[in-house]
Amino acid sequence: MNPTPQSKEWLFEITPKNKFLSLNFKEIWQYRDLLMLFVKRDIITVYKQTVLGPLWYLIQPLFTSITFTIIFNNVAGIKTGTIPPFLFNLGSIMVWNYFTACLTGTSDTFKSNASIFGKVYFPRIITPLSIVISNLLKFGIQFGIFIAFYIFYYVRGFNLSLNVSVLFFPVLIAFMGILGLGLGMVISSMVTKYRDLNNLVGFGVQLLMYISAVMYPMELIKQKLPNLGWIVEYNPLAYVIETSRYMLLNIGDISFLGLTYAMVVTLVIFFSGLLVFNRTEKSFIDTV
Amino acid sequence: MKDIILKAENISKQYRLGQVGTGTLSHDLNRWWYKIRGKENPYLKIGDTNDRSTKGTSDYVWALQDINFEVERGEVLGIIGKNGAGKSTLLKILSKVTAPTTGSIKSRGRIASLLEVGTGFNGEMTGRENIFLNGAILGMTKKEIASKLDEIIEFSGCERYIDTPVKRYSSGMTVRLAFAVAAFLEPEILVVDEVLAVGDAEFQKKAIGKMQDISRGEGRTVLFVSHNMAAVKSLCTRGIVMEFGKIIFEGSIDDSINYYSEIFSKTFKEDPIHKDYANKIEFRFSNFEVNDKLIHSGATLFLGQKIKLKLQFLIKDNLDDLSIAFDVINKSGELVSHLTNEDDGFYIYKLVKGDFLNIEIETAELLFIPGFYCINLWVGIAQRQALYDIKNFFSFSLEQSNYSKRTKALPQHAKMYLHSNWKIPDIAKND
Repeated sequence: MNPTPQSKEWLFEITPKNKFLSLNFKEIWQYRDLLMLFVKRDIITVYKQTVLGPLWYLIQPLFTSITFTIIFNNVAGIKTGTIPPFLFNLGSIMVWNYFTACLTGTSDTFKSNASIFGKVYFPRIITPLSIVISNLLKFGIQFGIFIAFYIFYYVRGFNLSLNVSVLFFPVLIAFMGILGLGLGMVISSMVTKYRDLNNLVGFGVQLLMYISAVMYPMELIKQKLPNLGWIVEYNPLAYVIETSRYMLLNIGDISFLGLTYAMVVTLVIFFSGLLVFNRTEKSFIDTV
Repeated sequence: MKDIILKAENISKQYRLGQVGTGTLSHDLNRWWYKIRGKENPYLKIGDTNDRSTKGTSDYVWALQDINFEVERGEVLGIIGKNGAGKSTLLKILSKVTAPTTGSIKSRGRIASLLEVGTGFNGEMTGRENIFLNGAILGMTKKEIASKLDEIIEFSGCERYIDTPVKRYSSGMTVRLAFAVAAFLEPEILVVDEVLAVGDAEFQKKAIGKMQDISRGEGRTVLFVSHNMAAVKSLCTRGIVMEFGKIIFEGSIDDSINYYSEIFSKTFKEDPIHKDYANKIEFRFSNFEVNDKLIHSGATLFLGQKIKLKLQFLIKDNLDDLSIAFDVINKSGELVSHLTNEDDGFYIYKLVKGDFLNIEIETAELLFIPGFYCINLWVGIAQRQALYDIKNFFSFSLEQSNYSKRTKALPQHAKMYLHSNWKIPDIAKND
């Protein structure tokens, strides 16, 4: 066949493997409507046919905070300084929830969407992205209730103050989302072959919470468990949670070293997540 | 000059059989070990052709092997073949659901695939919401969908339910709505699997009509897989016949269908399975006749013809109560008719050793829907003890004739044509 001038320009090519790291931003942009529709689906299907509707997003963190306050602060006697323990817990849980929601949501991307992925193509990354975004909206609702309680306690005369770092709170949350997404992508890619990981995620997340300084200040663990404190110190999540409290409640320390460490780990995990996700998305349907 | 819009080069696809999980890690490690030493993947070399019926020598099979083809712009390509020939795997690769093991596909147009209708439908969401979601999954933008929303709703015929959650829909309505969304896709290349096989007759007609509009009227390039030869014939311009993961024929759609029917009847003819359970009777010969003319297995018959069959057996032991049965199987493997001597009130008693038994059987008019059929023969004693069980005893292809006055092809999803008398009765007059 004579090569016509036009025949050199193929629009795209389907090949056995993706390139090392080929995120096709143009393609993702083309599918932005799908991304938003997935977000919409995630949000509205949760409260369809429920009486309380979106209030369910508030009930879980509120009750968890109450339980934590009773168990960890009233029974176990963890001190939260001048900050009301409830507010301390609510703030930490809200940030922690966002991470776990992103992680658990994205970690079974391939498995739970196998029926769709097996029938039609769209950039697979749309699905985990939509989970991170819809969880961000849920986080927004929870943040609203946090602000409400903050004002409530402030009016009641508690000594609450802010510092300028609160302006960077959105950046911190973005990093939390990226970390959850990255880790979720790593796990979701491996789950397609090794289902064992699925079991790990469920209780792993629960255990992780205890070493992520969610219900106690980081300072406390160093004092009480000097031998095991390093577990918390090596956990990048602990720095993010600790920093979030510094930003929102002006307590604890901001460790720039720790924060830099957390950011580096996040980026490493995120890019390895992209890498394995990319490699998996092409043929996972054969093994899932 | 040819305007090639899609080109497949050396596409192969390997699948691993058996349980994925046992040995997955060891194979992965082995592969990786070969890779870091710069060697080729050791598992790519092994693998059998994908013949389900024979036991292979390894755990890997090639579902597709060295597939090469080109599609011109505006062409409607029919991909035909028996179950397991690799058609759906090919479509999956074309629609990027899974990647080929080797080879590449180059395309000059956006490919949208319709391997299933209603992918991603969410029962909790309303019909309208699902139109948007499903449309976006298929690759449409919100704007595109919004501009066609009214047409989609009208085509689906679900107007009244459009703001009701889809979980309250009947299955037929869900399919209609889903197909309506897909029908308004506007990619340069459309890949369609057997999606028309759903829904009722009226809907299928509508769906095939819409497919025709898409391919003819709008000049879209379509790749179409179906077992429905009438649909393939009416829609496609060119055909590819596949068997065991390879392309075995490529040509005009009529030639392709003829080729397919030949290999179909050929596989029927191959090695009838004789299972002699007892040395009591010997099957001597069989003659099939139509209009007093001898016909052979694989022959073409016409709607409304009768088959006359002559059988001869040599009786080798005294027998009583012999049963002879025929199963007529269509190309999907469904039993469409079961004939026995007892059902027609004919009994075969007291056979004496050394005699010849001659039997003549004449069927009524063949009224099956045109297509390929095969006949299995079963001979036994008192409907219980099998003496002969011959699969693929005879096969034939039935074509439409003027026995039915219908000018178009009889609907393929029907099983048989029922000849009937129509009249307007005289209204009884009151004196």
